[in-house]
Amino acid sequence: MTHVAILGGGPAGLAAAQGALAAGARVSLLDEGDRLGGQFWRHHERLTDPRLQHAWHRFGRLRGALADGDAQVHVGASVWWAEASADGVRLRATVGDADGDGRTGLEVDADAVVVATGAHDLALPVPGWTLPGVTTAGAAQALAKRDGVAVGRRTVVSGSGPFLLPVAHSLALVGSEVVAVHEASRLPALARGWLPRPWELAGKAEEFLEYAGGLMRHRIPYRTGSAVVRVLGTDRVEGVVVAAVDADWRPIPGTEREVACDAVALGHGFTPRLEAALALGCAIDGDHRGRFVVVDDTQRTSVARVFAAGELTGIAGADAALAEGAVAGFLAAGGAFDDPRLRGPVAARSRTRAFARRLERAHGIRPGWTAWLDDDTIVCRCEAVARRAIVERADVPLRAMRLATRAGLGPCQGRTCGRTVEAIVAEAGGAAASVGFDRRPVLAPVRIGEVAALAETDPPT
Amino acid sequence: MIRITVDGEPVQGRDGQTIAGVLVGAGRTAWRTSQTGDRGVFCGIGVCHDCLVTVNGVEGVRACRREAADGDRVEREVRA
Ligand SMILES: Cc1cc2nc3c(=O)[nH]c(=O)nc-3n(C[C@H](O)[C@H](O)[C@H](O)COP(=O)(O)OP(=O)(O)OC[C@H]3O[C@@H](n4cnc5c(N)ncnc54)[C@H](O)[C@@H]3O)c2cc1C
Ligand code: FES
Repeated sequence: MTHVAILGGGPAGLAAAQGALAAGARVSLLDEGDRLGGQFWRHHERLTDPRLQHAWHRFGRLRGALADGDAQVHVGASVWWAEASADGVRLRATVGDADGDGRTGLEVDADAVVVATGAHDLALPVPGWTLPGVTTAGAAQALAKRDGVAVGRRTVVSGSGPFLLPVAHSLALVGSEVVAVHEASRLPALARGWLPRPWELAGKAEEFLEYAGGLMRHRIPYRTGSAVVRVLGTDRVEGVVVAAVDADWRPIPGTEREVACDAVALGHGFTPRLEAALALGCAIDGDHRGRFVVVDDTQRTSVARVFAAGELTGIAGADAALAEGAVAGFLAAGGAFDDPRLRGPVAARSRTRAFARRLERAHGIRPGWTAWLDDDTIVCRCEAVARRAIVERADVPLRAMRLATRAGLGPCQGRTCGRTVEAIVAEAGGAAASVGFDRRPVLAPVRIGEVAALAETDPPT
Repeated sequence: MIRITVDGEPVQGRDGQTIAGVLVGAGRTAWRTSQTGDRGVFCGIGVCHDCLVTVNGVEGVRACRREAADGDRVEREVRA
């Protein structure tokens, strides 16, 4: 019997598990979270307000498929090693309390793997963004959904993309006043992205209208062509400077105004978590504006036995992740692409690919944002590296620049700043990087002792 | 209800919350000393490492990912 390992338990990973089981495989699914669901269905049985969840019945069905099928589910399992060879794939994980010192080792050998590690927020730096009270939009969403708490009492949401709408709505439902949502893209870009061929947006349109209704009920203004360009405060957030921005997101002088608040949620899109796919040797395409795992129509990567699905292959939301996951899991288990059971997901995937292109056209990051940075604005939060230091070394190879400035060498390993450092280097005329900051030898934090104890790892399952 | 201590001070939270959830729920926004001043939660999902704390003597625990347990001793980390 074919054994399919699935890395990630978000919409893509769960759909992959269901697909692989349907095609007759045995499944092992690993996720570092305490619960299945990924970012989209982040929850806690007692703490989550059901009004913050969407398509919950679908999650129930996916969990049901895992419970009824030949599946091993490992939550709290951080995969820190992944390799593929001619014989199979191997994942190594630590299992237990997050960052605890008593975790156990787990090794999974399988015939194929579906990598579904998702994405995290891309928050562009803004002067003052290291002040306590500034979080990513995703953090505001995660804390609202999972823990039932609001990041502030008076929150300003700024960035770009439809994701800002559910974030504002969630914040209001958990008790924060939301001063405004600032969408950097201007109406012409939004119209170019969203207005053509409205019939393609069936299903999506209702979701937007629901969020728009939520914003109206809570009297939250939605301001396009504007952005938080500075965060004010000494020990914590006390306010922000908001400005109108042009079509390239460059702040328009003279439009600045101060707004009092105690929290700021920033989200300018998402960036995929590529490290596992890179460790497995998968080809990646793109540059600092967006870099994704290359897959074909069957969700196969460039490496035999390795499939990828979800935000890892493009940013298109949970529906796309579900459709890609279903295809990837089914094929990884040896199922045929022309199987009638894949008709639904394949059709859904062509819709969601079109959706991804609209997203990028309407909300994609525009290069003018760097104009809101000061020379001493911190870009790498871990190592407190300012823009000036990066610009000064823009002409040396990326690796040398990192060693000289320490940008991207802190605990987060460049996950937070990688894309923006590359953008600043590119703007300053530096060399473009092929993989840039995304390669990481260890995929998830492990303690030295845990690596040493590998010899005592449980036998492969 | 659960009760943890943060640098010796008692803080109450709801059973099941992450340490970051307990702290934010209690109105705290910063609990780590970085080179540039205090930090707290930033990414909320284990990516940025801004929220690191010492829990029951174990260093480098991401507060946004660790579920708080009644009686946990949470201590501030200081980046030299
Ligand atoms: C913080 C945040 C909140 C979001 N909230 C929403 C929302 O409320 N509504 C919405 O429409 N969209 C939301 N999104 C967008 C979301 O990414 C997509 O809608 C959808 O969840 C993508 O599905 P996925 O399966 O590709 O990835 P994800 O849902 O991100 O799932 C990936 C999974 O892989 C796991 N993983 C990654 N690396 C490892 C590793 N090394 N070892 C073990 N496990 C690993 C993660 O723990 C995660 O559970 C959010 C995104 C973020 C970053
Ligand atoms: S807030 Fe980013 S790792 Fe916890």
